[in-house]
Amino acid sequence: MKVEKNLQDNFIFQSLTHIGSYFLFTKQSMQWLFRSPYRWPEFFKHMEFIGNKSVFIICLTGFFTGMVLSFQIYLGFSLINAENLVGPTVGLGIFRELGPVLTGLIVSARAGGAMAARLGTMRVTEQIDALDVMGISPLQYLVSPRVFAATICMPLLTAIFDAVAMLGSYLLGVHFLGLDEALFIDKVNNMIDPSHINEGLFKAACFGFIFGTVCTYQGYNAKGGARGVGDATNAGVVISMVSIIVMDFFLTKLIRIYLGWTSL
Amino acid sequence: MNAVEIQELKKTFDGENYVLKGLNLQIEKGNIACIIGFSGTGKSVLLKHLLGLYKPSSGVISILGKNIADLQDSEMSSFRCNFGVLFQDAALFDDMSTLENVMFPINEYRKDLSYKERKELASAKLDQVGLGKEHFNKLPSQVSGGMRKRVGLARAIALDPDIILYDEPTTGLDPIMTEMVDDLILSTHRSRTGITSIVITHDLHAAFRLGDEIAMLDKGKVLLKGTAEDFFNTDIDLVKRFVEKGVKKT
Repeated sequence: MKVEKNLQDNFIFQSLTHIGSYFLFTKQSMQWLFRSPYRWPEFFKHMEFIGNKSVFIICLTGFFTGMVLSFQIYLGFSLINAENLVGPTVGLGIFRELGPVLTGLIVSARAGGAMAARLGTMRVTEQIDALDVMGISPLQYLVSPRVFAATICMPLLTAIFDAVAMLGSYLLGVHFLGLDEALFIDKVNNMIDPSHINEGLFKAACFGFIFGTVCTYQGYNAKGGARGVGDATNAGVVISMVSIIVMDFFLTKLIRIYLGWTSL
Repeated sequence: MNAVEIQELKKTFDGENYVLKGLNLQIEKGNIACIIGFSGTGKSVLLKHLLGLYKPSSGVISILGKNIADLQDSEMSSFRCNFGVLFQDAALFDDMSTLENVMFPINEYRKDLSYKERKELASAKLDQVGLGKEHFNKLPSQVSGGMRKRVGLARAIALDPDIILYDEPTTGLDPIMTEMVDDLILSTHRSRTGITSIVITHDLHAAFRLGDEIAMLDKGKVLLKGTAEDFFNTDIDLVKRFVEKGVKKT
């Protein structure tokens, strides 16, 4: 019995327990997604919260990211007289990596944190228990629509980020750095393939799923009053952000090496 | 007939320390049963077992003739329609108005009714617990603690359940509000025949006033079960002290 107790207090054991219960939670949430009654009103409510309400911040961040990236690349490329490649280089960086990753980080901090805090508050104020005793699955009512909405919204937000970042890059490059407009557009058209954009959108959907499940898991399992809600929110956002960056590497490897979806 | 029958219920969370240590309890159908006891004696854990939120480590919990430990999750979900619960802080959904809170279970389970009929049913339940129409569109944060309890109770009885559970219904309320909630419990209980009410409380005055049967828990077991009179006439030292302190306080 003592050995068992020591094992339960062990950090590795606890971490494995958390990982196991996270996967179980995710599996059950996904199963509930396909069972009636379907929670469409909840889904659209969360789409509005995660999607619509993130558009402004995504546009703002995207615009300045596009500009700063153009400027830095321009400074480097001008040394070797390759200024005309600024547009496609920025495009490749934005479409494949920065678009989905930055959108993931921003939306997980904004909407993911709010999700964890909301579910955490519902847990500690017994609202989740109330749903349970009414015979309504909290996973189906609270978790599945949020995860699904996050997964659907992320590619859409990333597409907006990509477009606005390219606009920022174009404005800075053509109007302030004096790049040739026709050459800028031509190089972007020639060197960027739809598969590069799809790669980023696929990653974005994965990131939406990751922060959706991580943040709802943390909030759903919050314990111990206001402090517990704070801890859950903190853990949800931090784990989501780290997971997005780590998973980006593995997804890139999966897409480019194992699946061979994109060239270049 | 017993609405609730518990035999040798044991519960441990860590495999070592038992919160409930072989608890036996029978609650007759149609009665108001009050479960009292000091803090940390297992009252809330017992409540969560009755609601099927906790699985017993061992023992049998039979509710309305069904052993709830044998029920699958989906069966338990539909079985829970037999319960109405008033939580300690009412547990109202804070993004819904008071009327929407009461309509919530009706919307889920009474799809045979039109929207207008569901709204009328929810309004009737709010009327029954004495909440004025002017509060129907307010959020829970915009009404007083007593009103929140009324809304919580209206939501609990929205589907006309057979068993209503009250988790510390008067904790944190002033004496006038406490009496109002007690009256509400009594009037709700008498509003329909056959309702079984289970009140978890440490308010002895309320337990003696409301309870047809009272059970006192101590160290995860039932120390004494009986009427108010049995509690006044008992020789059990701990019960005597609890009664003395409780009666003095009130």
